[in-house]
Amino acid sequence: MEQKKYWQSFGELNNSEAHQKSAQDEFREELPFESFDAEGLGDAKTPRRDFLKYVGFSTAAAALAASCEMPVKKAIPFVNRPVDITPGIANYYATTYVSGGDAIPVVAKVRDGRPIKIEGNELSTWTKGGTSAQVQASVLDLYDTARLRFPMANGKEVSTLDAFDKMVGEAMASLGAAPLVLLTSTVNSPSSKQVITEFLAKYPGGRHVQYDAISYSGMLLANEASYGRRAIPSYNFDTAKVIVSLGADFLGTWLNPVEFARAYTKGRKIDEKNISMSKHYQFEGMLSMTGANADERFTHRPSETGAVAASILALLNGGSVSGVTGDKLKQGIAKVAKDLAANRGQALVVSGSNDVNVQVIVNAINEAIGANGTTINWGAPMQNKAGIDSEMATLVNEMNSGTIGAVLIYDVNPAYDYYDAAKFISGLKKVRVSVSFNEKMDETTELCKYILPSSHYLESWGDAEPKAGYISLMQPTISPLFKTRQWQDSLLKWSGNATTYADYHKNFWTTKLGSNETYLKAMQDGVIEPATAPAGGGGFNGGGVAAAVTSIASAKKGGKVEVVLYQKASIGDGRHANNPWLQEMPDPITRATWDNYVMMSPVKGKELFDIDLTNNTQADQYEAFPEKPVLKVKVGNNTEVELPVLLIPGMHPDTIAIAVGYGRSEKIGRAATGVGKNVFQFASFNGTTVINYADAAIEKTAAKYKVATTQTHSSYEGRHEVVKEITLDEFKKNPTKILDGRAKELEPWGGLENYEKDGTLYPVFDKPGIKWGMNIDMNSCYGCGACVVACTAENNVSVVGKPEVLRAHDMHWLRIDRYFAGNINDAESIQTVFQPMLCQHCDNAPCENVCPVAATNHSSEGLNQMTYNRCIGTRYCANNCPYKVRRFNWADYTGADSFGDNMDGAIGSNTVINMMNDDLTRMVLNPDVTVRSRGVIEKCSFCVQRLQEGKLEAKKAGRPLEDRDVKTACQQACSADAIVFGNVNNKNSAISKERADNKNRLFYVLEQIHVLPNVSYLAKVRNTDTLSVHAEHAAETHAAPAAGSKPEAAH
Amino acid sequence: MIAYRSIVKKIILSVLLLTVVCFDKQVLAQDGKALFQQNCASCHAVGKDLTGPKLAGIEERVPDKKLLYAWIRNNQAVLATGNKYFTDLYNQWNKTAMNLFPNLTDEEIAAMITYVNTEAAKATAKPAPGDTSAATQAQQSDNSLLFGILTLILAIIVLVLMQVNSNLKRLSDEKDGIPSYEPVPFYRNKAYIALFAVILFIVGGYYTIQGAIGLGRSKDYQPEQPIYYSHKVHAGTNQINCLYCHGGAQEGKHANIPSLNTCMNCHMAINEYAGEKLYREDGTEVNGTEEIQKLYSYTGWDPDQKKYVNEPKPIEWVKIHNLPDHVYFNHAQHVNAGKVACQTCHGEVQEMGEVYQFTDLSMGWCVNCHRETKVQFTDNKFYSIYEKFHNDLKNGSMDSVTVESIGGTECQKCHY
Repeated sequence: MEQKKYWQSFGELNNSEAHQKSAQDEFREELPFESFDAEGLGDAKTPRRDFLKYVGFSTAAAALAASCEMPVKKAIPFVNRPVDITPGIANYYATTYVSGGDAIPVVAKVRDGRPIKIEGNELSTWTKGGTSAQVQASVLDLYDTARLRFPMANGKEVSTLDAFDKMVGEAMASLGAAPLVLLTSTVNSPSSKQVITEFLAKYPGGRHVQYDAISYSGMLLANEASYGRRAIPSYNFDTAKVIVSLGADFLGTWLNPVEFARAYTKGRKIDEKNISMSKHYQFEGMLSMTGANADERFTHRPSETGAVAASILALLNGGSVSGVTGDKLKQGIAKVAKDLAANRGQALVVSGSNDVNVQVIVNAINEAIGANGTTINWGAPMQNKAGIDSEMATLVNEMNSGTIGAVLIYDVNPAYDYYDAAKFISGLKKVRVSVSFNEKMDETTELCKYILPSSHYLESWGDAEPKAGYISLMQPTISPLFKTRQWQDSLLKWSGNATTYADYHKNFWTTKLGSNETYLKAMQDGVIEPATAPAGGGGFNGGGVAAAVTSIASAKKGGKVEVVLYQKASIGDGRHANNPWLQEMPDPITRATWDNYVMMSPVKGKELFDIDLTNNTQADQYEAFPEKPVLKVKVGNNTEVELPVLLIPGMHPDTIAIAVGYGRSEKIGRAATGVGKNVFQFASFNGTTVINYADAAIEKTAAKYKVATTQTHSSYEGRHEVVKEITLDEFKKNPTKILDGRAKELEPWGGLENYEKDGTLYPVFDKPGIKWGMNIDMNSCYGCGACVVACTAENNVSVVGKPEVLRAHDMHWLRIDRYFAGNINDAESIQTVFQPMLCQHCDNAPCENVCPVAATNHSSEGLNQMTYNRCIGTRYCANNCPYKVRRFNWADYTGADSFGDNMDGAIGSNTVINMMNDDLTRMVLNPDVTVRSRGVIEKCSFCVQRLQEGKLEAKKAGRPLEDRDVKTACQQACSADAIVFGNVNNKNSAISKERADNKNRLFYVLEQIHVLPNVSYLAKVRNTDTLSVHAEHAAETHAAPAAGSKPEAAH
Repeated sequence: MIAYRSIVKKIILSVLLLTVVCFDKQVLAQDGKALFQQNCASCHAVGKDLTGPKLAGIEERVPDKKLLYAWIRNNQAVLATGNKYFTDLYNQWNKTAMNLFPNLTDEEIAAMITYVNTEAAKATAKPAPGDTSAATQAQQSDNSLLFGILTLILAIIVLVLMQVNSNLKRLSDEKDGIPSYEPVPFYRNKAYIALFAVILFIVGGYYTIQGAIGLGRSKDYQPEQPIYYSHKVHAGTNQINCLYCHGGAQEGKHANIPSLNTCMNCHMAINEYAGEKLYREDGTEVNGTEEIQKLYSYTGWDPDQKKYVNEPKPIEWVKIHNLPDHVYFNHAQHVNAGKVACQTCHGEVQEMGEVYQFTDLSMGWCVNCHRETKVQFTDNKFYSIYEKFHNDLKNGSMDSVTVESIGGTECQKCHY
């Protein structure tokens, strides 16, 4: 059998010249040597005399500066120390992350009064402490310099809240009979709902409209038709043996990804004694993160989703496939239908479509496969999305007709994200009283007459019930930084209620829970959950199915090219666009930062731009330079956007995909300024719901645009294998295949047993007490990037901005490498593997030997230590690191140096770095981790500050170290539990057990070079018949590769 | 001789006995003092009212020993019985609740009362005359100056002798008829110049390097603080435990400067200083009472009305012990886990008026201590995981485990 070839870049696939060159050079820039040869030193830019002058001057200046008096530092204690605060010791408060209906129970780490890190709340049964990248990054939003700092009326600051209340009160009193509308995102907070009810009671004719930027009305309405409930059930991905997703990115952005990812990966964990796992099929037009994790994936146009669903239903009911094109797709549908039928009661179908008809058919499929009541739980419906598109459309019409008296806006931004934003804006201008409670001067807020910014969730009281019966409470972790007030407080005040929301909230829950003690306990825990998980099915009514099928069959066929709008796991619907941590997090699939772009199939790319990615020169031209061709995308008659193109294998050839959430107003902050373009206007309203795809006219332009991708920044220099993968069938037949392979490879050097000793000239060093080790299960990792942001937050990792990412100066200590395998011209053959890559803490580390000043060396606990104050920046270590995980501080990114403007000119104008250097933003820095200065190398430390703290806790208690004492930031953030960390010397620790229980899948990356990593990986198991093989015989040679279109192992 | 032996024996024996008796007594008194400091001193003084009433004459006021002991152990229980004397006392003191001490034994209470009685007796006698420490200004014997002068004299003698030698040589050469050259004066003699240059280079280089290494170090740094706070009075004379104010040292990274409410726990009542005279480093006298008044002006406390009348403001103390930002230091690790005494790094703080930096806090000093200090290896169960070292200790191939042997000199113990 041919070796499966994984590749990160097209250059690597073809082994192109540019790839070979970049593999040789760790740092892609030329060293700034000047040429002396011809002219001699005197003519050089810096002649010898000048050089000596500068040396003399700087030595004298340094001596003078250093011999000045030491600065006097002040130490100012509390006047009256609060009982629960000990300076230097962090407090943890349970609270809730909320963002437009989504709510995740979290614990905020508060150090000396400042929240600096968000962790998941492990008491929650449905997240079990899992988080997402957005949750992890939300703490930075608290310190966003662009937050509104005071109430405003007609564009001017209002000095006091009382004055503001008076102004709004008078304005609303003058409304007369014109109704008032409270326009919010989905509200699932029980106490806030009560506040809203009481508020609206004071304003007869007033109503509450909920609006979700990414609408789920299709599901809500379909469920109303099928189950008689306008709600969304819970999904049990963990008990489903067969999971079929019709374009739902349920691991990344769909509905409630943290919960789904936890459940999904639970069903994908492999027990070596009893090998089984769920099977995941994905049908979609673009390559989503969820699709990238699928065992089998079939592509189709977005407009065909309904036909695919109808065909599956037809096959289940004994009918036949209709309305779809492509043999592979048809075969796939047949296969899926067969598999679904065979797994009745253990299968689940979900769809990301917002079309009511599609969702009705999906409901019928789920009914046919017995999912209702087994994998679909109506006992605890999801409540995080409740917006109905038609209600919003009605409101916009009424606003335009001038009948609405007042609009109070909280947490929504239709002027940016409504499909017909222009209409909303013109309507808003006709409303007499417009009030915004949004935290920022966003597109909608700037059009409002009255602005009273609400507080950040870390400054607020509150609660949320994202699933019926599962409540998560919110408490402030810091006093409001600015003159802001929670929107609930304003509503209470304006409805004539004198109690503050804090008291209201306390009374509400004390009454509900019975006593003050239970209230305090609930606040401490952060979550209130039912004693037994409610479960059950819904009463199904198949009445509307036939009509839905008919309407799907008669639906208009898509045009030549279709554009589909999607959300990135990082930016989402754009409300976090000013968060530099999220902007700089590489997209799981494209590995691009700081932009949105058109994702396009290489087939289309060849057709349109004549870029043949299997041709070396052309692939290099496309890939080795950041300049990407720009495409003009036109939908309908008047919306036209020009965006750069990224060629992504796995895309349907006639589908292009563009992420929403970009192109924000520059008033929401410096990080969002000039990043990407808004494409919400490409969505359309079909009379019932908003549809997120459209026919597009595309046209190539002569322009080029630089996209900062991190894909080609690190290379293994042709070494392999970096990832290991096996099919489920093969793993069952031959469980020790990977282990045997390793044994065979290491045989000449002592085999698996004696490799450490026999494979080297160096002595083996003792690890007498603790030896830290990490294991990453590649079968659980689905690439979401929560760990990347968690690492950034915990370790003060710098944000460098787009210009620096373009120069490969990105600083992430932990990256998630994305590998493709398969034929780039065949979307169905593409298989994707995600591999988190961080410092491997090699016991025989190549970086340590080459450091001339011993700034990096090994500890007796197995840590590869990096000592910043000793580093002189030779970068030999980074050059010698086989994993390419060391990062160099090319500039003073986080303001560590004593001199304020000690930054390179080019970087000094990089607005994002300036933003991160603001005194307010710097409040997020972890005081236990050194802020690295310019000119030093840094890398993953295994969160050594947490290790030291955990050890100290154990020492203080006089007991041995336990697993619960230490968790790395990435481990804690992971909702898939893909990362296990601990003391390997303790045979009973979780890490030892994980390695012992999974020895057949265990491997070390580049084990054969005897660097002895302390990070092990578990091979990915793909529940499919074959692994995609890319037939590239010439892969490792310089010979010109074949055309690259050889037949693949078919599905 | 033999006869004397038994007498000597007897004398020794009686002396021994006497010592034992005396010593025994002393232990009791010491115990009483320590217990008093530990349990009572934050609220009570012997001679005057503090947060609670003065304790001198306590036995006269409460002759019922049993009742008194019961009160000291659990005052709430006594109040509950409705005892008139104590109820009145409680009301008189604004119903300030006294802490409970259920674990004190009768012997311990007796020892404390004995201490109170002896202190009260001492106070009625003539107070001890002022301090003598100011008079005993230690004569710093600076030998280095002496050696320097000696070296200089010797060097001059050597030079003179060399000059004499060369002159004599010239004379003898003249006698022998060997032609002599005009002598080169020593300041133009190349050999001398070379010698001088080399010496200058070595000495200058040595001091430059020493100076460069010492840059940023501030041993003996003793800034003037906004309030003359004497550790000698608090930790020395009054035996207040370091951790009473710097409790953070047990728990975390920072030892913490106490917040003002901690000061006011005692200084609500102690509003004047009547102890030994205090002197600054430059010899000027400090008025302790005035310094206490400064505290009141910060906290806004009015000692006459016995309540806070002004808005408090924090005190900006000058930080003495500064570590560079790239060093992680945790007090709890040293004080709590390592059981290191405060004085090891901070010096005899209880003898200091205003605190100065006792050590240079250099990395060499840290590492040295880590090399020498033995870990509480068997006492702390955390170290039970070091099986190899435990075996080595048992079979004697290792006599103790130092901080260094468990990785205490590795970079990432302090730098991350």
